[in-house]
Amino acid sequence: MLTYTLRRLLIAIPTLLFISLIIFLLLDLAPGDPMAQMPLTVPPEVKQKMREALGLGEPIHIRYALWLKQFFIIEPMHILDAMFGTNLGGDAQRIISWQTRSPVADIIAQRVPQTLWVVGLAYVVGVAIALPIGIISAYKQYSWFDQIGTFISMIGFSVPTFFTGVVLIIIFAVNLQWFPSIYDTTHKVTGWDSFVFQLRQMAMPVMVLALYNASQISRFMRASMLDNLRQDYVRTARAKGLRERVVVLTHVLRNSMIPVVTVIALGVPTIFGGAIITEQVFKVNGLGQLLITAIHANDLPMVQTLTFIFAILIVLFNLVADILYGILDPRIRYD
Amino acid sequence: MKLMTLLLGAGATLALAPAAMAERGADGHVNVIYSQAPSILNAYLSSGTKDIEAASLVIEPLIRYDETGAMLPWLVEEVPTVENGGVSEDLTTITYKIKPGLKWSDGTDFTAEDVVFTAEYCMHPEGGCAQLAKFEGVDSVTAPDPLTVVVTFVGPKPFPYGPFSGGQSPIIQKAQFADCLGARAPECTDANFMPIGTGGFKVDEFRPNDVITLSANPEYRDAAKPAFATMTFKGGGDAAAAARSVLETGEFDYAWNTQLAPEVLEEMLKGGKGTLVNAFGTLVERIEINMTDPSPNLPEGERSTAMHPHPIFSDIRVRTAMSKAIDRQLLSDIGYGEAGRPTCNLVPAPAMFASTDNTGCIPQDMEGAKALLDEAGWTDTDGDGIRDKDGMKFSIVYQTSVNAVRQDFQAIIKQWWEELGVEVQLKSVDGSVFFGGDPGSPDTFQKFYADVEMYANNFDGTDPESYLAMYTCDKAPKPETQWQGENINRFCDPAYDALVAELGKTGELEKRGEIARKLNDMLTKESMVIIPLVDRGRLSAHANTLGGVVLNTWDSELWNAADWYRIK
Repeated sequence: MLTYTLRRLLIAIPTLLFISLIIFLLLDLAPGDPMAQMPLTVPPEVKQKMREALGLGEPIHIRYALWLKQFFIIEPMHILDAMFGTNLGGDAQRIISWQTRSPVADIIAQRVPQTLWVVGLAYVVGVAIALPIGIISAYKQYSWFDQIGTFISMIGFSVPTFFTGVVLIIIFAVNLQWFPSIYDTTHKVTGWDSFVFQLRQMAMPVMVLALYNASQISRFMRASMLDNLRQDYVRTARAKGLRERVVVLTHVLRNSMIPVVTVIALGVPTIFGGAIITEQVFKVNGLGQLLITAIHANDLPMVQTLTFIFAILIVLFNLVADILYGILDPRIRYD
Repeated sequence: MKLMTLLLGAGATLALAPAAMAERGADGHVNVIYSQAPSILNAYLSSGTKDIEAASLVIEPLIRYDETGAMLPWLVEEVPTVENGGVSEDLTTITYKIKPGLKWSDGTDFTAEDVVFTAEYCMHPEGGCAQLAKFEGVDSVTAPDPLTVVVTFVGPKPFPYGPFSGGQSPIIQKAQFADCLGARAPECTDANFMPIGTGGFKVDEFRPNDVITLSANPEYRDAAKPAFATMTFKGGGDAAAAARSVLETGEFDYAWNTQLAPEVLEEMLKGGKGTLVNAFGTLVERIEINMTDPSPNLPEGERSTAMHPHPIFSDIRVRTAMSKAIDRQLLSDIGYGEAGRPTCNLVPAPAMFASTDNTGCIPQDMEGAKALLDEAGWTDTDGDGIRDKDGMKFSIVYQTSVNAVRQDFQAIIKQWWEELGVEVQLKSVDGSVFFGGDPGSPDTFQKFYADVEMYANNFDGTDPESYLAMYTCDKAPKPETQWQGENINRFCDPAYDALVAELGKTGELEKRGEIARKLNDMLTKESMVIIPLVDRGRLSAHANTLGGVVLNTWDSELWNAADWYRIK
């Protein structure tokens, strides 16, 4: 298993380098201009000077090499510096966002908590709802519970979050005034009251995203349970006189979890990717909102860095999913 | 007249005095929302309105403009003019007298050295300063004593107020930015995010593209202001959500640019928590006509250049007909509601420069337009519904940027023009490409590979000289200049150029107004090279409990945030 993991990690290096090149080229060759958002009152000569100040005058291969160096050498050093108070990074030029003229990594670090709180919690809540629903739906197939579960997950799956989000805002923020419509990212939990406020402001975005996640995962859970419930070993277990509870929750569930765990693991990178639309609707201003504003402003260093971090996470969690698979299912051995 | 406007401005500020009775910070907390989140608080590194306006809470210019467009001495004793001796007779120097006793929010003295440094910062050749145009023609900025600043221009400058006036050109602190000159500007993240200023508020925390936390500046020159102790400046989302948070849920006190469909706003106003404020500036949505031939049959490098005059639009009768077919009132109502009004002017304001008698284009005149086209020889000879002349069809390409209102306008105007017997092909280009200025792209507004195009433009401050000077012959975008240049229409009239040169030499304000009005008329009603459509105002929303809001399109919208107070 260890050699397998190491081998996969080594293969990941050229894969990621290739991905970084593709991302860099795609973004660079795409039409667009970081100065396009500027008012027309700014003369073209001034815009040209500003472009040069951003380093846009250099040829593409030099900018790519510089970015690689900054991403793989300078930024990790700064992360170490921040963690241990050392000074490895020194004065080296970091990856600078064109919009804010500040290091990209600092802004990302600032955004991660919001995204993890809201999107991550929604994922946890979604999984927590989805598993029981999936299990019961499969166990009592075609019962009223199954029908309602199917109906709700179809809604969660097919109605886009920008719609459910706005509907929730109009019902709970505008009409009932229970929850704030705008997320306060500066809020700090210091006591009971502020904790309640935090819960209130997270309620709507978490609900919207949890519904979406739950509907997806509950369908997988249900399908996987149904497959296993018809297996011979289930009949054997029942014939042995095991209690129904043990049959379903120990034997069937454990086996059904194998594909579901993979799906859940593969979904984790999307948490970091943020929920672009939901964050935008509720003004959570996490990583998703950061990415979309960077795209709008043609802030290439920010977009490159974010998309590449997502690529790393996806590659990494693919590996995690494969390893989990091997742990859950003793029949699968990679070595 | 000038004194009059100054007095009016002063009167307007005095009218806000009730808040002055209060003590600083007595009104607690105020929430402001901008649907675009500020990225940086240094107006010299960004020309985004969101950044400049957020920064205006903290850093201030020497001179501000009030809501009528009149200049207010902000950090100086008076506005220098030729009459009071502040501007030299030969129009080459301007001398500012700084108000004594001004302090930065860190407690240090505000001196003329800071002003000198600000100019040095922006004029540094490697800095990529976004406001460099404000410093055009500046030879030197010196500080003979701590309260005097002298700006010397290379030649006579009839409008010498470019540097250090308005939200775009605030004074930054020398001590804070001393190591940030030129190429080092982006390295000063702390200074760019939390500039030390003289304004009503100081930055406590800045989260780029998200939220700014501010508190009252303890050193603010008026001991009773600002009435609010703290401010949260939230960014992000969209205009609808911002308007909703003020008008319906009441979570926020002020929302910037709540430009939404009129019926949507009406519905939100029923929430009863806030009101809308609007004001008009100089932003005009217009159709620009290409005076050169954009035909794709021409070789690259000759398309849309002065080598080939436009085969259809070179005739003024045709251009006038195109304008006559448009119902501007309808467009304004559909697209902008309260925040728009029809206009025939390129320079719709301030009053001194606006050509008031130019209103002939407002009523739609379809029959008149058809008659003009007939007269110009464009008739439908082959009965296919499209006019033609000498074997050429009246078929045009009409381009604009991607934007919901613009696409509505395109569809409506296309219908009117088709009624005239003109074949219209619509094209919409993503804004970042259209305004991107990439000389390699065929879709930029400068390259103008279309017959007509629509966008909006305005000018900074109150003086239209540089705006009108964009339409001189030499400013036409062409391959030799990498397609840079502001004379988008490739309009070329020696009489116009001569008049622009005269404006550049005239210092008297009355006379300047007269020339500017004439230039405006030459571009619009006398030649119809530019078809102005809608004078677009600014529409913002504020809570009913927020007092002191004066919407200002000539300066930052938050220009008087230090005067805001809570209505109890």
